[in-house]
Amino acid sequence: MEERNVVVPGEKLAEGMDHLPSDGAFREGDSIYAGRLGLLYLVGRLIKVIPLGGRYLPKKGDNVIGKIADITFGGWRVDFGWPFHGNISMKDGSKDFIERGEDLSRYYAHGDMIVGKIVNISGSKIIDITMNGPGLRKLKGGRFIDCVSSKVPRIIGKQGSMISMIKEHTGCQIIVGQNGKVWVSGDEPEKEILAIKAIRKIEENSHVSGLTDEIKSFLEKN
Amino acid sequence: MAYTKRMDGRKFDEFREVEAKVGVVKRADGSAMFRIGKTIAIAAVHGPRDLYPAFKQDSKKGVLRCSYDMLSFSVTERKRPGTSRRSIEIGAVTTKSLSSAVDLSAFPGTVVDVFVDIVQADAGTRCAGICAASMALADAGIPMKDLVSAVSVGKVGDKLVVDLDKEEEDYPDGATDIPVAFLERAGKLTLLQLDGSVSRKELKDVLEMGKKACTQITEVQKKALKSRYSEEGK
Repeated sequence: MEERNVVVPGEKLAEGMDHLPSDGAFREGDSIYAGRLGLLYLVGRLIKVIPLGGRYLPKKGDNVIGKIADITFGGWRVDFGWPFHGNISMKDGSKDFIERGEDLSRYYAHGDMIVGKIVNISGSKIIDITMNGPGLRKLKGGRFIDCVSSKVPRIIGKQGSMISMIKEHTGCQIIVGQNGKVWVSGDEPEKEILAIKAIRKIEENSHVSGLTDEIKSFLEKN
Repeated sequence: MAYTKRMDGRKFDEFREVEAKVGVVKRADGSAMFRIGKTIAIAAVHGPRDLYPAFKQDSKKGVLRCSYDMLSFSVTERKRPGTSRRSIEIGAVTTKSLSSAVDLSAFPGTVVDVFVDIVQADAGTRCAGICAASMALADAGIPMKDLVSAVSVGKVGDKLVVDLDKEEEDYPDGATDIPVAFLERAGKLTLLQLDGSVSRKELKDVLEMGKKACTQITEVQKKALKSRYSEEGK
């Protein structure tokens, strides 16, 4: 068993009781098996399998970009690329005091794009999102693109190195949601397009090593 | 007339050349191509996504829904496009043979759609479809406890054979077709259909042959899944 190896469902990862199955792994009898296709990670005694593809699966603490899909009596509902909408309660939506019967579309209207944080998941249907936190807000203007959620760590880079390089070169504001939605906003449309091109390039070549240098030369050329 | 030698020169327990590829449909969440001989199946997975009409939702776990279709140009005589009694049945058996491998308990109220299309048919299409669908589900990141592989075994004349092609299926002295699917790790049977007649002993033998062939096919599936992402890990 080697770390960062690609494992397929049903593959035996460990034998005996020395390890514990975590995300994407399960125990049957004495052995631990992979529960999905992904990369193998060892965290202490825990065995994890991180997915390599497929849809975004919501996780507590993730920053996501979504669209206000509905306004209810108690708050807003957000479509962020999961079969069920996330809830923003009135308390989590704004720090202001909201009076009874007030028009909630004053804060977030239908179709507004927001960046929020998932604070609670109970079952797949109840997902609570908050707007209280650093950087969480309504997004005005700019462009939105959809990426594969498993490529998001690559787009951001180690300690944000990749994304801050793109920001620096293009002068655009960029927000990457863990759900694969990316917001790009700049002064000039050309700059925005260049930033999007760079992000698409990262997505396509995410397996290539030394990608940061490649993207750097790409940005300098254009 | 005894069937002493296979028409394409294979051994009796040998399946046709197998090729597997993952990620062939860009717009799907997961996809795979599986070719065995001249039979080619493409599977695309979409989901988990919301399921309507709502009464079909399961509040405890997600629903797996497979559909099977033979494209009109896949056979020598043009097939009338669209659903037929046959395709509904094969969609249902595909769903059943895969449902024990996938674990959708994390996605209650949703559906995972699997679309299997047969691009070229030369017998054994449902088995090729199941092999492709199993790989596509894994590619889509759906939690699975096992990979599923399938092959058709049977009897041509008086001989037990693995992976019948169309010529053998139409053998004048009669052929029996038994599609089987196995869970790779558990070694359990998830699909068993029979078209024709065999004796009890022959059925046991033929299942053993099927299991052996499925183990080899799974290795091809694993290799295809790993090779798609092997670069990514480094």
